[in-house]
Amino acid sequence: MTAVNRRVLPGFSLTLGYSVFYLSVLVLVPLGACFLKAASLSWSDFWATVWTERARAAYLTTFTCSLEAAGVNVALGLIVAWTLVRYDFPLKRLVDALVDLPFALPTAVAGLVYATLYVKNGWLGQFLVPLGIEGAYTRLGIVLVLVFTGFPFVVRTVQPVLEALDAETEEAAQILGASRWQTFRRVILPTLLPALVTGFALAFARAVGEYGSVVFISGNIPFETEIAPVLIVARLEEFSYREATAIAVVLLAVSFVLLAVINLLERWSKRYAG
Amino acid sequence: MRAESPATETPAPFRRTRQDHWLVRGGLTLATLAIVGLLIVVPLVNIFAQALANGVGTYWDSLVGDPDTRHSILLTVTVAPVAVAMNLVFGVAAAWCIARFRFPGRTLLITLIDLPFSVSPVVAGLVFVLLFGAQGYFGPWLREHGYQVIFATPGLVLATAFVTFPFVARELIPVLEAIGPEEEMAARSLGASGWQMFWRVTLPNIKWGVLYGVILCNARAMGEFGAVYVVSGRITGQTDTMPLRVEKLFQEYNSPASFALASLLTLLALVTLFVKVGIERHARPRIEKPEGAHA
Repeated sequence: MTAVNRRVLPGFSLTLGYSVFYLSVLVLVPLGACFLKAASLSWSDFWATVWTERARAAYLTTFTCSLEAAGVNVALGLIVAWTLVRYDFPLKRLVDALVDLPFALPTAVAGLVYATLYVKNGWLGQFLVPLGIEGAYTRLGIVLVLVFTGFPFVVRTVQPVLEALDAETEEAAQILGASRWQTFRRVILPTLLPALVTGFALAFARAVGEYGSVVFISGNIPFETEIAPVLIVARLEEFSYREATAIAVVLLAVSFVLLAVINLLERWSKRYAG
Repeated sequence: MRAESPATETPAPFRRTRQDHWLVRGGLTLATLAIVGLLIVVPLVNIFAQALANGVGTYWDSLVGDPDTRHSILLTVTVAPVAVAMNLVFGVAAAWCIARFRFPGRTLLITLIDLPFSVSPVVAGLVFVLLFGAQGYFGPWLREHGYQVIFATPGLVLATAFVTFPFVARELIPVLEAIGPEEEMAARSLGASGWQMFWRVTLPNIKWGVLYGVILCNARAMGEFGAVYVVSGRITGQTDTMPLRVEKLFQEYNSPASFALASLLTLLALVTLFVKVGIERHARPRIEKPEGAHA
């Protein structure tokens, strides 16, 4: 893309001005207010608020569940992306389209149906609960529903890279005597790595902030299945705005770090894709 | 761009080395079907089964007979389009200046557009409570002048717009970049005014991208839960949107009614997917994948 002369195409200052204005009013000022509110706390108050035992338990649940879910997503996503790109099977187009359902389905609906599926008399719970696998109102339930909401990320980041992969490299590996598994391990997987990591980061970032689906299935028991966003809401309902804001700032800081990491990762994977 | 059109449907003649052992092939295909089946299809079927468990009559009754549920549907159908329209205007403006011009801070602007995606919906709701709530920065002023934002429709619109902020812009930037400015420059040199160029050249060129962004934005807007949960105050019959109503019915152990309403949202999601696939199939091969597709 070459830069375009501003004298030829109109609307530069209007559109840029409006974009910056709308971005500021809707996003930057509100987020700024959040930091401003948190700054009204002294450092020790802030620390005392965000580092209580209950808050620590909530962060721990949020991050471990999100990590586990994102990890599961990488494995499942790789299998699904591989199958969709390389093999032909009946209903392939339908399966491909359904992969995006978690993006389109309201999170509350996902939480509702997952909670119902995995209870004792639910469709899946009736088989799993007797085996001691409790999917509803447990940590496992949180991971399950986070796997659902983050599922499309890895598939959709890996798919285009897999499609663009040269047949020649694989052929060369084969001719040089590599087994099919060795080719996969040494040739294909390294090429997919940036996409896998990006997908992982996206799924993780989504999972950390997820609220709607988790609130249905987790039972929200403090110290056990309470995630950080639920704790924020609990504080808000007690009208403890400062405490809620302090915890929100911690989550925001994590989000910003993740956003920066994802940006770097995407730049990294572009080198492979391009 | 490739010469042969839909890239995914007709796999390039795989050389033998690219073919895996039939056991691997079969195993992975079965695994894929099992994953998508358990993760997505079973829940999908379950929603409708639960919704219709007590027959079509009860299903219809719980949707139409309950005034609070009716109100929640009406509210969602009002709030979401306003938020989508706001983000549509922004999306077109942002895509235009980012795709057509180079200016200092451009990369920063692109990053900031993505920002709301990485903010937890609950935090998105909270920031508006901090600004416009009773104890918020603008709260006293709003009360003096008789406006209510939080626990009212404007708050719902703001929170929804925040959460769905990036959709249209993100979709349109690559589309505009892929099309290139040549036709627009031609229109200008032939004497078209700025608006004429926009309505007659730019907009027809990006209309599928616009539609794509709008339906995704709308699906998220109608289904948003966390952000509206915080700003709504959950006043039954007043600020309950459809997803909030689903949760309330579930908490009241009225599972069939909850699933009935959830099934409406699910239908919306399915229609969204259907339209999305349709757009991808008919309109996007031309403009999609400007990079990376050249194998």
